[in-house]
Amino acid sequence: MSTRLETHGRLIDRSTSVKFTFNGKWMPGHAGDTLASALLANDQMLVGRSFKYHRPRGIVASGGEEPNALVNLGRGNRHEPNQRVTTTELVEQMHATSQNHWPSLEFDVGAVNSMVSRFLPAGFYYKTFMFPRAFWKHVFEPVIRQSAGLGAAPHPETRDPDRYEHFYAHVDLVIAGGGMAGLMAALAAGKAGKRVLLVEQSAHWGGRAPVDGDVIDGLPAEDWVKNTVEALEKMENVTLRLRTQLSGVYDHGYALAYERVSDHLDDADAPRHRLWRIRAGQIVAATGGIERPLSFPGNDKPGVMLASAVRDYIVNYGVTPGDRIVVVTNNDDGYRTALTARAAGVEVACVVDPRTEVDGELPQQVRALGVPVKTGSAISKVKGLKRVVSVRVQPFAEDDGSYEEIACDAVAMSGGWSPVVHLWSHCGGKLNWDEAQACFSPDPERPPTNQNGEGFVTCIGTAAGGLTGAEAAKTVADRMRGLDIAADDIAVENASETPLAPVWVMPAYAGAKKRAKMWLDFQNDVKVSDVMLAAQEGYESVEHTKRYTTLGMATDQGKLSNINGLAVLAEALDKGIPQVGTTTFRPPYTPISMGAIAGEAKGDLFQPLRRTPIHDWHEEQGAYMEPVGHWRRPYCFPRDGESHEDAVNREIDATRRSLGLLDASTLGKIIVKGPDAPKFMDMLYTNMMSTLKPGKCRYGLMCNENGFLMDDGVVVRLDEDTFLCHTTSGGADHVHAHMEDWLQCEWWDWQVYTANVTEQWAQIAVVGPNARKLLEKLGGMDVSKDALPFMQMAEGTLGGFDARVFRISFSGELSYEIAVPASQGRAFWDALHEAGAEWNATPYGTEALHVMRAEKGFIMIGDETDGTVIPQDLGLNWAISKKKEDFLGKRGQERTFLASEDRWQLVGLETLDGSVLPDGSYCVAEGTNANGQGNVQGRVTSTYYSPTLARGIAMGLVHKGPDRMGEVVAFNKVDGSTIQAKIVSPVFYDPEGEKQNV
Amino acid sequence: MSNAVSALQGVSETGFAHIKEMGLAGMVTLKADLGAAATKKAVKAAVGADLPEPRGMSSGKKEDGVAWMAPDELLLFCDHARADEVVATLTKEMGSSHHLAVNVSDARAVFTIEARDVREVLSKLTPADLSNLPLREMRRSRLAQVPAAFWMNGNNHATVICFRSVAQYVYDLLCMASKEGGEVGYH
Repeated sequence: MSTRLETHGRLIDRSTSVKFTFNGKWMPGHAGDTLASALLANDQMLVGRSFKYHRPRGIVASGGEEPNALVNLGRGNRHEPNQRVTTTELVEQMHATSQNHWPSLEFDVGAVNSMVSRFLPAGFYYKTFMFPRAFWKHVFEPVIRQSAGLGAAPHPETRDPDRYEHFYAHVDLVIAGGGMAGLMAALAAGKAGKRVLLVEQSAHWGGRAPVDGDVIDGLPAEDWVKNTVEALEKMENVTLRLRTQLSGVYDHGYALAYERVSDHLDDADAPRHRLWRIRAGQIVAATGGIERPLSFPGNDKPGVMLASAVRDYIVNYGVTPGDRIVVVTNNDDGYRTALTARAAGVEVACVVDPRTEVDGELPQQVRALGVPVKTGSAISKVKGLKRVVSVRVQPFAEDDGSYEEIACDAVAMSGGWSPVVHLWSHCGGKLNWDEAQACFSPDPERPPTNQNGEGFVTCIGTAAGGLTGAEAAKTVADRMRGLDIAADDIAVENASETPLAPVWVMPAYAGAKKRAKMWLDFQNDVKVSDVMLAAQEGYESVEHTKRYTTLGMATDQGKLSNINGLAVLAEALDKGIPQVGTTTFRPPYTPISMGAIAGEAKGDLFQPLRRTPIHDWHEEQGAYMEPVGHWRRPYCFPRDGESHEDAVNREIDATRRSLGLLDASTLGKIIVKGPDAPKFMDMLYTNMMSTLKPGKCRYGLMCNENGFLMDDGVVVRLDEDTFLCHTTSGGADHVHAHMEDWLQCEWWDWQVYTANVTEQWAQIAVVGPNARKLLEKLGGMDVSKDALPFMQMAEGTLGGFDARVFRISFSGELSYEIAVPASQGRAFWDALHEAGAEWNATPYGTEALHVMRAEKGFIMIGDETDGTVIPQDLGLNWAISKKKEDFLGKRGQERTFLASEDRWQLVGLETLDGSVLPDGSYCVAEGTNANGQGNVQGRVTSTYYSPTLARGIAMGLVHKGPDRMGEVVAFNKVDGSTIQAKIVSPVFYDPEGEKQNV
Repeated sequence: MSNAVSALQGVSETGFAHIKEMGLAGMVTLKADLGAAATKKAVKAAVGADLPEPRGMSSGKKEDGVAWMAPDELLLFCDHARADEVVATLTKEMGSSHHLAVNVSDARAVFTIEARDVREVLSKLTPADLSNLPLREMRRSRLAQVPAAFWMNGNNHATVICFRSVAQYVYDLLCMASKEGGEVGYH
């Protein structure tokens, strides 16, 4: 059984007790445990079920490469699926549940999949579920969804209560990995005065060296690590972060690091995760290596573990996965596990080694302890269902019929080591196949390159291909010098190792049946047989094979399976491994939380909200707000119990009869100034602006260079060379950028300056027959018809406020738009309401604004336009200058398609029954098109109930509409029926403009 | 003018940093040829400050000052009540030289951050390189999703300018970034 040892456990504090639950059962652990070590200490070998066959699975690894031991962690708002137990630090009251089984972990109905596994080969869903077609959606997919999958998705109504953040850091060097190599590099770079950020994904410095007993610079690894960290902590230019993984490398020296700030603390008032966004001169990958599993039948059973993981659990946590271990290895390093186990008092039944000659230093030590070393041997079977009971040992190369059953409750396997080259590869660093060590390692001649064509990632240590401590150390000094950083050679002593035997299938003669029990990808249930089948079916590219078999496509991204899988593919294709190549490594290295990616952008900070100076008043009044760009504007101001519709009608009625007030502060306001401003304005707008007299206003249209209508608004000439351009609320920033684009890129020699002063001003529309009376009551300016006629502006002091008064109207009523500095906006709004009370001054929202402009036949950018509409379509020819030689859009509008009269054009629409046309409704035409769809001849662009006319009114674009006045056409409804509407003038209200001109 | 208020009216909060909205401040945008003698003279006359170096700031009388915004743009600081007067002075001094002087005081909100090291707060929100930002050099950058400009008066004091409409957002950002427990210990 797996159990806690009396000795060892350098990372745990045995004086503490930490309680947690697994599938509802309380278990004890110690501070310093990972969830994995605590589970093993409690003899919880079985931790999950596999993805496809629901095979019982146990912990395989001790780090981020773990494929099996994923659990649901936390409850309620903090529930998170697919959490890796090997990288989860144990916390008091932690609740973990196993995944992908029904009804229980111990008894899983889905395990029947395993019995029918021959019907679920690689690519089975491409082959099996094609016919009948309708079955996919209704039968196959629901069944597969139920059966496959990992953790439970969080409930949609839960809300993550934790906070997250980003942090930007600019450094000379970011070093990924706080093992021996990373520490050495940090020390050298720190001494060289570089700004260094050293990150380590686990909670401890030192990596494998203290576990494997290396001697560094004459000191035991643990002591050297401690001294080095202390030295680094004293350096002001070096920052050290534990629990921080450099998870992705991106172009131009950009890197992301994922810090788990408080996962290991219970009830800490701190950000949970922090995403470091790093700009680094050089990224140093000291990411170490990952041990490969061996592919022997039954290698996925609980109790079969990586040899290095067995050492980790014994040395770091004082936990052994079994009382009697068999080690199976194709290299000398695996023997360290036998030595470590023996030193901890754990029985080692034997070491199985496919190599025929094994006489390295480490094997000799193992033999000296009396542990049998079975050379030229292989494991050909693992017995036991939910945990290992025994293994069958047979000759590796040829089956002579002999075998031996060896009782054991754990198997430590080692197929050699692969450097972690992910960070090197994220931006395209190339790899070499290292024949001697049977692994891909970074080719220093072909690094990922930056904007100058220079390499910006450097691998050191094991990640550089130095698979022993001594070799790893050598690469550090060498590569750091390559970065012009002086680095001392630090000697590392460790036992010498003899070459490994590249073994990809064990035993070598395994037939189809055995190959179907050799797991490559534990998480996605991909076996040696699947990869061979893919090869047999013609999949030659490793990328295609990956997708066909799903090898390496699970959440562990094939950290254990990649090399073994492609080696099997290479063998099946009878090619060399480097010819087959490897799949692409992409960030992140291991999954990072969505919270970290979002950072602070959640809740109130999800999106910036723009507020006018009067925003708070609207909210206090209970206004129903709608988004307009990033602004929130009041849609209407419902009173107690009033529907939105009723509120809108009331607001319109009050405005048309007496007095309405609108917060129009969001309206874009851009100053255009300079000797060439008139010329510039003539180019920007379709109409002639240079002839506008100072103090006068003119409605203008702005088109893009294709001729399509882009924005509209009232232009005011403030003085001879200064214009104020009003834009739509959502269009201000875009229009300003559009102006600057033309000024900076095309007309750079024109003397024009622009400034976006939208937010400098609060702007309020005072609208209705009593508007003038209100302003006169406030006093200070002459706003009479003669002093301030329609389409004119005046500056002065109104009721004590610094005001610009524009006599413009978007409603058809007598109307003034008054701009006051934003700081005075709220006070001015209050003053208007106070003084306007005698005329029932009524605030109105955007919907009343829209209805009133529609009653007047005024267009709205975004309703009547959609990026394909030109002013001529809208009957706005009067606003297009014929005299001007050029303006933006002129040439576009002359293209035959746009100049044609055969276009949909703006008309008013009146339903015969007075009802309101549906929004977006199409005007139907005879016949069908090539796709069998009904033909259409127009569409509704704006449609409202008009309280003023007490009927539905609409505007729409109808084919040659203005020529068809009085014609009755049909508009479709979603229920398939149509509504009859008459084509009329779009101006429904006060066509002569008598009301606004009073 | 007695009714003039800033966006958040001096609100403040203390986490591991102290965040405060500064109330109304006078700001004037000047676009002009920064190499011209007229510009230099006009700025001096308006706020008593010399033209700053690119990205730099210079001080004038009392709280007055100038910040470099772009190769053809300056931002002049003054008392809020005096902004129109500064515009008038600039306009008069610049005369017929092509320029644009406009009062933008009310389009802005201003915050201060006080902390052991203000970069601990700002680095959570801006991609700008703060480890190499000289004191009193204004950086036009962004805070999370909105544009902002800021400078450090010392390691323990920074000023932030943003648009008025997003004052609440920026205040909430700064408060969140300086919440106790979120100290990073990097700078």
